Amino acid sequence: MNYSSPILPLKLEDVSFQAGGKRLIKELNCEFGPGPRSVIIGPNGAGKSLFLKICHGLIKPHTGSVRWNDPNDASARRYQAMVFQRPVMLRRSVSANIHYPLKLRKIPKAERIILVEEALNISGISRLRDHPARVLSFGEQQKLALARAWALKPQVLFLDEPTASLDPAATHTVEEIIHAIHKQGTKIIMTTHDLAQAKRIADEVLFMFRGRLLERAPANKFFEQPENDLAQSFVKGELLWQRMGKAHQKHKYSEMTK
Amino acid sequence: MDDFSESISAAFYLLITFDSDLMEIVGLSLYVSMAAICIASIIGLPTGAAIAILRFPGQRLFAILLNALMGLPPVVVGLVVYLGLSRSGPLGVFGLLYSPTAMIIAQVILVTPIIAALTRQVIEDLWLEYEDQLRSLGANPISALPTLIWDGRFSLITAVLAGFGRASAEVGAVMIVGGNIDHVTRVMTTAIALEVSKGDLALALGLGLILLCLSLGINGAVYAVKEAAIRRHA
Repeated sequence: MNYSSPILPLKLEDVSFQAGGKRLIKELNCEFGPGPRSVIIGPNGAGKSLFLKICHGLIKPHTGSVRWNDPNDASARRYQAMVFQRPVMLRRSVSANIHYPLKLRKIPKAERIILVEEALNISGISRLRDHPARVLSFGEQQKLALARAWALKPQVLFLDEPTASLDPAATHTVEEIIHAIHKQGTKIIMTTHDLAQAKRIADEVLFMFRGRLLERAPANKFFEQPENDLAQSFVKGELLWQRMGKAHQKHKYSEMTK
Repeated sequence: MDDFSESISAAFYLLITFDSDLMEIVGLSLYVSMAAICIASIIGLPTGAAIAILRFPGQRLFAILLNALMGLPPVVVGLVVYLGLSRSGPLGVFGLLYSPTAMIIAQVILVTPIIAALTRQVIEDLWLEYEDQLRSLGANPISALPTLIWDGRFSLITAVLAGFGRASAEVGAVMIVGGNIDHVTRVMTTAIALEVSKGDLALALGLGLILLCLSLGINGAVYAVKEAAIRRHA
């Protein structure tokens, strides 16, 4: 595979998404170029996962547009990958799981074998190659998910809370693999609600709250002094909904007592 | 009570002596039902999976229709196939009526909707779990079909077994299109029906017992294989 046509930058313009009458993503504008590791943080329900899925093309926004640099949709799809919080493993062996997306991309078998081998080694699961993927532990499954993404040599890798259900040791390995993938020149766009992890990984931070992108800044600047006051309290570890909610709750109580 | 013990001893006698007529009947039964199940699976598994995940107009209607067809009365299927294959029917030139092939055709029509409808349910549930991941890996609904069928194989075995149960147990369709001709189209169910009407209850009950044991044996064997495979693959 060569990177003859870079698919980045990715441009989102006025993207909104709603479900069940609730607006979950609100007029989002942003652009991702190649290079820095972008980490999206924010509390649960901020719309982080939804945002990633919209970027990755799994969900169509109701309004606005998601545009890749490469106007050819097929090649833009070909050079991106995503690792989910709970990845789905196919009912086959570990190495067959890595082969699968390569086969879908019609990569010749000889080349596939080399890529799978590399991916198994870099993620440290080559001893598990013939194991059925579904019986692996969570940590091993997440490593396999990363290996599967790595073998695709994507230009962009989306990661949705990839370590949310892992112990510290597995988290550490997963972060190392993410670094290795980034070193290859892959753009990392990742969500997390773990601030310490964001500090370890992020080159730039995007702060989301209730479907809006409230702040975007280089990591060191963001963690020193975020401009947005909600981001400030989030970094300090305060519970946002308490702050936001006071006015809101008052309103609710008065509704209830009516 | 006498009839019952008599029939059991008759059945055992037939079994132990490998009665050639009995073996022929059992063999033909298995051949017809197995062939029908193979063809019905080749048609029914992809059809059910496609109705589960492809979006096309009338998809819901198809699903409802499939569920309704699960209850097709065998005699009606037999009659329709009979009309189609009879000398004056559209397929009369092939001269298939009263042959095992005709019986297989009737059973395929009977069983395909069962396999397709159960497959649709299994694949629809699996697609909920797999959709985002498969699309992310680069699959579209068409290329996802074989993947889903393969990954749902343990649950789909049950669908195929349900079809086999139906095929091996039905009598109406094979009776009409096969005609229960000795040494040609006589299978266990038609033989049982015949023996009952002749008044030879012992032989009929004996055949019934063998049919039950066969069904139990096949289901048991498939279950054991399935359990072993699930333990390996989770």
